[in-house]
Amino acid sequence: MQTDTLVSIDGVIKRFGSFVAVQRMDLDIRKGEFLAIMGSSGCGKTTTLRMLAGLEAPSEGVIRLAGQPINDLPTWARDTPMVWQSLALFPFLNVRENVEFALKMRGVGREERRQRAEQWLERMQIAEFADRNIAQLSGGQRQRVALARSLVVEPQILLLDEPLSALDAALKVRMQSLLKNLQRQTGITFVYVTHSQSEAFSMADRVVIMSRGKIEQIGTPQDIYRAPRTRFVADFLGSSNIFDGTVSRILPDGVELDTPSGRLRQTGGSPEGRPGTGRPATLTVLDTRMRLSRTPPPDGTNVVPVRVVGEEFVGATATVYLETEHGQEIRVQKGHEELADLSIQPGQALFAHWSPEDGHLLTQA
Amino acid sequence: MSDDGAQDINRSRAVDWALRAYVVAAYAFVFAPILASFVFSFNSDRFPSLPLGQFSLDWYRAVAADPLVWEGLRNTLLVGVVAGVISTALGFGAAYTDYRYQFFGKQVYLALALLPPTIPVIIMGLAMLAFLSRMDLSGNALSVIISHVVICAPFAMAIVRLRLSQMDPALEPAAWNLGASEWQTMRHVVMPFTRPAILGALFITMAVSFDEFAIAWFVSGLNETLPVKVLGFLQGQVSPRINAIGSFVFVTSMTLVILAQVLLAGRDTTARRASGEQE
Repeated sequence: MQTDTLVSIDGVIKRFGSFVAVQRMDLDIRKGEFLAIMGSSGCGKTTTLRMLAGLEAPSEGVIRLAGQPINDLPTWARDTPMVWQSLALFPFLNVRENVEFALKMRGVGREERRQRAEQWLERMQIAEFADRNIAQLSGGQRQRVALARSLVVEPQILLLDEPLSALDAALKVRMQSLLKNLQRQTGITFVYVTHSQSEAFSMADRVVIMSRGKIEQIGTPQDIYRAPRTRFVADFLGSSNIFDGTVSRILPDGVELDTPSGRLRQTGGSPEGRPGTGRPATLTVLDTRMRLSRTPPPDGTNVVPVRVVGEEFVGATATVYLETEHGQEIRVQKGHEELADLSIQPGQALFAHWSPEDGHLLTQA
Repeated sequence: MSDDGAQDINRSRAVDWALRAYVVAAYAFVFAPILASFVFSFNSDRFPSLPLGQFSLDWYRAVAADPLVWEGLRNTLLVGVVAGVISTALGFGAAYTDYRYQFFGKQVYLALALLPPTIPVIIMGLAMLAFLSRMDLSGNALSVIISHVVICAPFAMAIVRLRLSQMDPALEPAAWNLGASEWQTMRHVVMPFTRPAILGALFITMAVSFDEFAIAWFVSGLNETLPVKVLGFLQGQVSPRINAIGSFVFVTSMTLVILAQVLLAGRDTTARRASGEQE
């Protein structure tokens, strides 16, 4: 175990009856990092968080907090506060009493309680609402109360279960920067569960992607975005075009694949895990790295003839939906200026192409 | 019809009036006898007849002067308060069990818990009498309390259960997660959250016990509650004193019921305000 590990999840399995929610998970959470666990509903991300909080017990395996096994500790005996999706603020207490709650339960005296709560009320900029009822607060103010209520005990770790899902887009972005700053300033380890890629990627130092109870990939947002490890991750992120094929030739720094869309070349990346000749392989290309032209480019590498299906505007860029002769969907994202030259019409024939180093080979099917 | 006086084009005036008339008629049907009893309790005439005689508090004075009435009232209050407290406590326990735990046979458990008010009171009274007399508990205030707890607890359970169903399921785990033990959570989270329902249940169960006649008649023996006394008066003679007692009992139980309604409804408006407000 590394010295900077705060939580280690060691061979943890969680079953509910015959349903396996988490399959033999190994994960180290580092001291002071912002870790996001991402996946679609039912992937086991919330179960993992609840096991950390002590709200569920692992069926097998060990969870250690600062080196100590905590499997058998009830949630009230752990310092693993959680911010709930519903926030779960106490509606019969005012803001200050909500923030003081954890201290009161720990037997902290009235005076100290008040002082420590005051610090967090000020830090979260809700001191002026201290005597208000929860019902009188806006969504953003409630988020701040929920954070203050959890952080007032100054824990080593804070667990967050999709706390922003009920907010509108603008407020969500503001809360994201608040959370990120808070995490940096306090150095408290944040474990943030979400199904939203934008939340995970904008805040987290490391992202864990889960599917059906298993970890698909762990890495920095950039790593995962550029180099998805599995087909699931590439599909889930939805920002890559995926080509399945067979390795036809090994190049000094890459491979050549035979795919239904033609012979495609990929270079760069780690040679480790690269499949041998004749083996199936999957190539991904980010939709922002693909180029479109009316005539085939002169070098003739990685050129796929396509037909325009439609176009979708996404703010400053547009996504063009295309189809290969074999009916595979290809997406290309470009700025409006670049696309203007092509004067795109549905049904129009174009050529999609990209440099071999912009391709990425999945190391697992 | 809207506030600005414009006609709602999707509603017919005739139907509106017919519906209003229907509501008035329905309420008149329900409340006329009670109102009549109330009015005649202040009437100086010996027999209820129109036109009314003089306004008078004689019947109330007569009632107040009767030691038997005071004894009945004392029994009724004792039974009502004790039965109310016990059945609310039991009802809370049953409702919380339902809220918190999943277990085999829960549907049966709930059906049994809610069963007593559906049993015909005569049968319940007879059964209580047979059972309690065999236990040597019949014929005193305790026997009425026991019987009333049996019929009141399901009401308390229903009221508390409704309130618990409005509680965010994350609220209790959130309290545990913040360091509160299960007992602390019960005391600092579950009880405060359900307080309006607990008080409401207390008032409703007291009102039910206060009004209950049939079972009390079977098991009360010499310690008759007020409704049983009223029947005694009726059998002996027709006296406007009954109107006076009836009005008193009615006003008391209505007060309890209205208090309960205010408590239970008051929370709803805060909840609505909570969800309606945004930044």
